[in-house]
Amino acid sequence: MKKEEDFYKLEKDILLLKKQIDDLDVSEEPGKKEKIAGLRAQIEKEWAGVVPHLTATQIVQIARHPQRPYTLDYLTNLVEDFTELHGDRRFADDPAIVAGLGFYKGKTAAFIGHQKGRSTRERIERNFGQPNPEGYRKALRVMKLAEKFGFPVITLIDTPGAYPGIGAEERGQAEAIANNLKEIATLRVPVVNVIIGEGGSGGALAIGVGDVVMMLEYAFYSVISPEGCAAILWKDQSAVAKAAENLKIRAKDLLELGIIDKIIPEPPGGAHIDYGQTFKSVDKHISQALKKLEQKPVDDLLKERYQKFRKMGVFSEK
Amino acid sequence: MTNLWTRCNNCQKILYKQDILDNQHVCPACNFHFRLSALERLGMLFDEGKYTRLDEGIFPVDVLRFEDSQKYSQRLQENQKKTELTEAVVNARGKIGGIEAIVSAMEFAFLGGSMGSVVGEKVTRAIERACVERLPVLIISCSGGARMQEGALSLMQLMKTSAALARLGQERLPFISILTDPTTGGVTASYAMLGDLNIAEPNALIGFAGPRVIEQTIKEKLPKGFQQSEFLLKHGMLDDVVGRKNLRAYIIKALRLLLNRY
Ligand SMILES: [Zn+2]
Repeated sequence: MKKEEDFYKLEKDILLLKKQIDDLDVSEEPGKKEKIAGLRAQIEKEWAGVVPHLTATQIVQIARHPQRPYTLDYLTNLVEDFTELHGDRRFADDPAIVAGLGFYKGKTAAFIGHQKGRSTRERIERNFGQPNPEGYRKALRVMKLAEKFGFPVITLIDTPGAYPGIGAEERGQAEAIANNLKEIATLRVPVVNVIIGEGGSGGALAIGVGDVVMMLEYAFYSVISPEGCAAILWKDQSAVAKAAENLKIRAKDLLELGIIDKIIPEPPGGAHIDYGQTFKSVDKHISQALKKLEQKPVDDLLKERYQKFRKMGVFSEK
Repeated sequence: MTNLWTRCNNCQKILYKQDILDNQHVCPACNFHFRLSALERLGMLFDEGKYTRLDEGIFPVDVLRFEDSQKYSQRLQENQKKTELTEAVVNARGKIGGIEAIVSAMEFAFLGGSMGSVVGEKVTRAIERACVERLPVLIISCSGGARMQEGALSLMQLMKTSAALARLGQERLPFISILTDPTTGGVTASYAMLGDLNIAEPNALIGFAGPRVIEQTIKEKLPKGFQQSEFLLKHGMLDDVVGRKNLRAYIIKALRLLLNRY
């Protein structure tokens, strides 16, 4: 198999066009609107040539793109008066998961999401978005708060996975994840999940289940990282591409398998090329999902939530 | 060495095989607990070793057409042949100390006891059956985690089984989780940690991340006894560590207490 091209190489031309748009945007140049529209059309054309050939590894690179919008970018843009609530009331505050309340479409809602961090310092502080048990426990605490006051819960998923550390094991990360799953199953308010970047296994699942699970077009969701899978099954780090393809981690695969409910389209070039359009797209899908869910009696909501996951899995029966 | 003799992997002593068998597969020299098959587990747990197997007609499917060094479909066939089981879990019903119960026992020899669609489905059916028939549930875990060859479908089994346990809880029916060597990954992060009682055998490896992954991540040697049953007990994750010799008696007592049957 020939080595695939890095996505970062593939997107070079698009990034150049994007730079021109950004420069124009802040300039006073006459007719800049038309010029920007022209450049956007060019990006679209470039992208149409790239998309059909994207490999699973390249999708992973888009999902992990350092410029990709993170949870706090969404919250800053979609939520009014977002108020972060810290700590699990047990041990610590985990900066790899942010949680809080804010107004969404004029009503209070709870928001929970992984946060990777943008600068090197922030990345380290946030442990690259890899939660410790306190993160899941904080998330559950805020979900319970939402349940108490009847607020819907919106979660944004973007993590390489649970942090494989000594402390995380000592403080029972398995129990923390399991308990979230069990508690969310019966949480008496609507829960909407959006996988915005990396859906890394148990660390993603712990805040990734609810009534409607949506996924950005070039996000990925997997039982194990392609790197981890290559190491275990192929015992070969150069098999990452094969592992990524085999694991079926793309949004369209997961939609087919019945694991996600909806794919949220990304702008040409990926979410990082046009934050505004990405936010709009995500906003529209969240608000539509919430509107439907809020009309349902809670008992129906819980029955449907149970059935949704009950049906997942493929086997034959004789 | 004839096959009458074997070496204990833990203490390295050469032992007479029959002595180990007579001792419930526990090393008479060092108390090391050897791994048991699902059927051996069930045989040891139920009264007179009698039980009925349930949900036997569910078979795995290679839905992703997964292929590493070998096709997943081929691996499945080989493991079915090797273990004479359809999948990595066996469901059963029977009496334990005269108390009717539903039990799921995991089989490590079947693809490392990994949880894919069938394991998730069978465990869920065991729990749902218990809800309908108002019986207690026991799950004996022995698993390397979620099954990679079924991708995210395996991951979803964590939620499916946990949601079923939430229902069992609402029905106020007891669930005893028995963790044996090894219980890691997705199984630990779902039903294995959700017991009303979490009971482990001695010196079992129990954790979420595998020790090698942790070592590679933190680039340090792991402390002695890390992720062993006794370590988890100390850190508050288990109700107790119970040796195999006393396990059945312990379970009977626990069921009687939970069901308020003096
Ligand atoms: Zn020994």
